Amino acid sequence: MTTDRQLAGGFSFENCRRNEMLVQKGLKQPSFLKTGTTIVGLIFQDGVILGADTRATEGPIVADKNCEKIHYMAPNIYCCGAGTAADTEAVTDMVSSQLKLHRYHTGRESRVITALTLLKSHLFSYQGYVSAALVLGGVDVTGPHLHTIYPHGSTDTLPFATMGSGSLAAMSVFESKYREGLSKDEGVKLVAEAICSGIFNDLGSGSNVDICVITKGKKEYLRNYMLPNPRTYINQKGYSFVKKTEVLKTKITPLKETVEVVEVEAMEE
Amino acid sequence: MDLDAPHSMGTTIIGVTYNGGVVLGADSRTSTGMYVANRASDKITQLTDNVYLCRSGSAADSQIVSDYVRHFLHQHTIQLGQPSTVKVAANLIRLFSYNNKDMLQTGLIVGGWDKYEGGKIYGVPLGGTILDLPFTIGGSGSSYLYGFFDQAWKEGMTQSEAEQLVVKAVSLAIARDGASGGVVRTVTINSDGVTRKFYPGDELPLWHEELEAHDSLLDILSSASPEPMVS
Repeated sequence: MTTDRQLAGGFSFENCRRNEMLVQKGLKQPSFLKTGTTIVGLIFQDGVILGADTRATEGPIVADKNCEKIHYMAPNIYCCGAGTAADTEAVTDMVSSQLKLHRYHTGRESRVITALTLLKSHLFSYQGYVSAALVLGGVDVTGPHLHTIYPHGSTDTLPFATMGSGSLAAMSVFESKYREGLSKDEGVKLVAEAICSGIFNDLGSGSNVDICVITKGKKEYLRNYMLPNPRTYINQKGYSFVKKTEVLKTKITPLKETVEVVEVEAMEE
Repeated sequence: MDLDAPHSMGTTIIGVTYNGGVVLGADSRTSTGMYVANRASDKITQLTDNVYLCRSGSAADSQIVSDYVRHFLHQHTIQLGQPSTVKVAANLIRLFSYNNKDMLQTGLIVGGWDKYEGGKIYGVPLGGTILDLPFTIGGSGSSYLYGFFDQAWKEGMTQSEAEQLVVKAVSLAIARDGASGGVVRTVTINSDGVTRKFYPGDELPLWHEELEAHDSLLDILSSASPEPMVS
């Protein structure tokens, strides 16, 4: 038996339950900008490498062909996001500012476990309604770390991870080729290959490859590291039109003054 | 295939007492619908130096409960100035499970050693009650093991007998339960401390109709030409 007990506090899920009821009755929900995505991460010899594709979709439409899915969390921590674009953006931005305040307060470098705890407790309190699936990676005083975070707030700690609709394609590449102690170049190559596998085999993923390499005290954000889908045809001469739009008549009407300023003498007593 | 399904641990978890301590055991599969999201997860989490917890059900729920309980046990240990008992840990877990029963989907087994009662196992299933038993099994794989434990569990086993029983039981459940799989992890707790053990999936005993692994990905990767699917 379940009863509608008055909760002491927290987020009210009243409207979520109403919406589920309306959907069951046949109401069509509006669609959000989703990042049908391939995001990956792996731990290599001296740090962490994150990777993402750059396609954002709105139902069957490609809404953005070159968006950024590797979000900044702290100078030494980055986070790939899949799910609803607005949620991944909002949740990473919010935790990023909490981390910065925490750094000002403590005067120490942020730790990956701190970011992980902040993200998971936020996602858990929204019970999966904030649909952000994340791959969190970074290097801190305790070494390199890689985690995955699911919308319901569960987390995993792994040597290599994939997320999003292209996660199956990318995971098959990692499962067959990942090994311990990869060099930086080998790691970047493997991440690029996993993302490409998502780009070419998953309809929700596409366009370019973004990569972020984080090592102790250093990071390299390789925006558009690979461009496997360039525009195939661009007119050499550019586009021109037979005749410009002509100006037939010009007439300037000055604005009429609507307020009249009258000087009045000071009132006598 | 539903990748949006909440992360849950179709699981086999076991807690067994023996003379001198306890053995906790678990498989390592975490799934979202039909997809294995993590094939090497650790479902036996540490709460204090001498108390561990086996988690089953929703991964998010069991992680939150264990995080809170770890936090409060830590405070309790500092206030008390000595290690907390297994009973206190079990009661805290019960408190969370019971007070939030309509929000949580998680069954837990807590086990550990303290100087007052020695090795103890407590089960905290879905509704938030405490079961004080000499052995407890949990998760989807446990349905295949009730009969086996009624037959195989004996009062006053030795440590290695208990460990072998746990590994055998988890491997049996892995063989029959689709939602359990991967490797077997065990944690043994007694007056000497804690020992973790790891049994890889390809070194588990073979049961009815199971075949010896050959030409596996592991063999291919360790061979001279590590090119998959080429012999």
